[in-house]
Amino acid sequence: MNALLDLARPLMPHLMLAPIGLPMLTAAVMLLMREERQRLKLALNLLSTALGLALACVLLVWTHQDGATHPIGVYLQGNWQAPFGIVLVLDRLSALMLVLSGVLALCALLFAGARWHRAGVHFHTLFQFQLMGLAGAFLTADLFNLFVFFEIMLAASYGLLLHGSGRARVQAGLHYIAINLAASSLFLIGASMLYGITGTLNMADLANSIAQVSAPDRGLLHTAAAILATAFLIKAAVWPLNFWLVPAYGSAAAPVGALFAIMTKVGVYTLLRLWTLMFGPEAGASAQFGSLWLTCAGLATMVFGAVGMMGSQRLTHLAGHAAVLSSGTLLAALGLGQTQLIAALLYYLPSSTLAVGALFLLADLIDRWRNHGATLMNYEDEEAPFLTPELVPRAGINLDEDEEVLVGRVIPAAAAFLGLAFLACTLVIAGMPPLSGFVGKFAMFTALLNPLGLASSAGTQPGPAGWLLLGLMLATGLLALLALTRSGIRHFWARQDSSAPQLRVLEGLPIALLLGACVLLTVYAQPVMRYTTATANALHAPATYIRAVFEAAPIAAPQPAHPGSAGTP
Amino acid sequence: MEAVLALAIGVLTGSGVWLMLRPRTFQVILGLSLLSYAVNLFIFSMGRLGLAEGKTPVLIDGVVQDLQHYADPLPQALVLTAIVIGFAMTALFLVVLLALRGMSGTDHVDGTHAQDAREQP
Repeated sequence: MNALLDLARPLMPHLMLAPIGLPMLTAAVMLLMREERQRLKLALNLLSTALGLALACVLLVWTHQDGATHPIGVYLQGNWQAPFGIVLVLDRLSALMLVLSGVLALCALLFAGARWHRAGVHFHTLFQFQLMGLAGAFLTADLFNLFVFFEIMLAASYGLLLHGSGRARVQAGLHYIAINLAASSLFLIGASMLYGITGTLNMADLANSIAQVSAPDRGLLHTAAAILATAFLIKAAVWPLNFWLVPAYGSAAAPVGALFAIMTKVGVYTLLRLWTLMFGPEAGASAQFGSLWLTCAGLATMVFGAVGMMGSQRLTHLAGHAAVLSSGTLLAALGLGQTQLIAALLYYLPSSTLAVGALFLLADLIDRWRNHGATLMNYEDEEAPFLTPELVPRAGINLDEDEEVLVGRVIPAAAAFLGLAFLACTLVIAGMPPLSGFVGKFAMFTALLNPLGLASSAGTQPGPAGWLLLGLMLATGLLALLALTRSGIRHFWARQDSSAPQLRVLEGLPIALLLGACVLLTVYAQPVMRYTTATANALHAPATYIRAVFEAAPIAAPQPAHPGSAGTP
Repeated sequence: MEAVLALAIGVLTGSGVWLMLRPRTFQVILGLSLLSYAVNLFIFSMGRLGLAEGKTPVLIDGVVQDLQHYADPLPQALVLTAIVIGFAMTALFLVVLLALRGMSGTDHVDGTHAQDAREQP
């Protein structure tokens, strides 16, 4: 820890630029390479992604140091004082998201290295550009710069979604591009309206000027904020703006789907960042604007996600709906705006993202096992696995009475691995003990029931929205458990042909890593919760953030050696 | 001038949204283009204090430095960026549109022939 800090301290704030610069450089280099050099590209990509993850970890440790200096890194691009130039800001929340995207990216890339990266051209380049856009979106503190990084991220994601081609992907890709172009238009309208009202695009400056907006302009301000939020809500896959998600993610290549698990969380991240900055208690008449809308939209999204999971036949659709469910839970909790709840939410976010990513990867392996190597298949053509169309059991099938046929048969190690990994995914996504999904949900329950902490919140009530969230979290957890269990029975127990699945180490390893990360989150729940609590406290005291941005002083221009000689300052 | 601009933005947005909701991919791309034109004009108009007609954002000696005497340069910079990004994305969309047309043999957004006669263009 301390060694890392000693390494990071002299390099700050310039180290903050590395998560954006490194993928950009790698992508630029890989763009120049011929398509035949797949192995070299893969090695470079792996190296760069691993380095990016290590950098993100260093930055995370740096933001969480105990010490006199405030742990908010501010980088003035172009060396302009805060409201005039574009600023990058690193705080605990950005560092957490950077580490999360790094872990997910590394695992997705390992998985892609087994076979998927050869399915089309420029996979590695697009992958790195996607990472660049993600890192930029997490680091920037300027609204228009956020738009630019969103577009970088989206442009790369269009390419990645189409990776491997095929009719299903192109069709889903068309819908995905159309809806995201419309969302980008909304983003621009919202951002420029905010500029028109407040005269600034810097998030910290924006937060300062919300309280000073004159009364006639306040309605316009709220309109602008709502339009901007709609753009983010489309990204966060809120109901009814999320019908694009499941077909798009479901038809994407498996590693791409796994990486996309973080894309919905980008929407949640920006909402969390901007909402706490702009509409905190300091915002005067606008304080907590839109809180009820966020909660209600989140609750509706939860219901949609859970019912969708119950109705899914394909495993990839199941994973897509699980992403919607997790995003809905996060939004509903976010809208309630309690500090403790946001701390719990930030614990739940990484664990659910990792599990959904792992489920996308697992779905690919299970589908291939099921279809003897073919990747795409029709679930719709298939009847119930052990029933005839008349819904009576088939002859010669192993039902309860002749179960002894199975006794003593050795389960192939690969099948056992897939089964256990699926079980772990189920536990995390449904929020069952003992894995991290349970800890996250339990922390959210505690925060809802004791909003002020265990000792001091006697007599406080969660309120109707709180109770509804509590009930829905339990109900959707149950539905998710049912859906995943049903799917598990179908794929692991009710199989008639018992050929062992072909599993390569390179494909098993990333799944094991993702689920291992969930186990680590469970084991180290206390330090992680301490970190997320500090994050939530910082989010609810935006003054520190704003002060840090404005106190960052540009580096003075070097004095010319000969004062008389010509030179611009 | 303000009224003309506002009307232009409104007409462009309305037509853009209507076209975007049509079932043919070509109509969708035209709708998205119109919408992006409307958004670009809208960003321009956000430079506050009227439309700053005939004013430049370049500093001149002896002129008071406020928005009464200069155009706001920031929306112009934003518009440039938005135009470039919007143009690139429209081009990409066009490629995907053609690919889907080639794969499915129809220009319906869902890749299936329109069932309903009313959906015909």
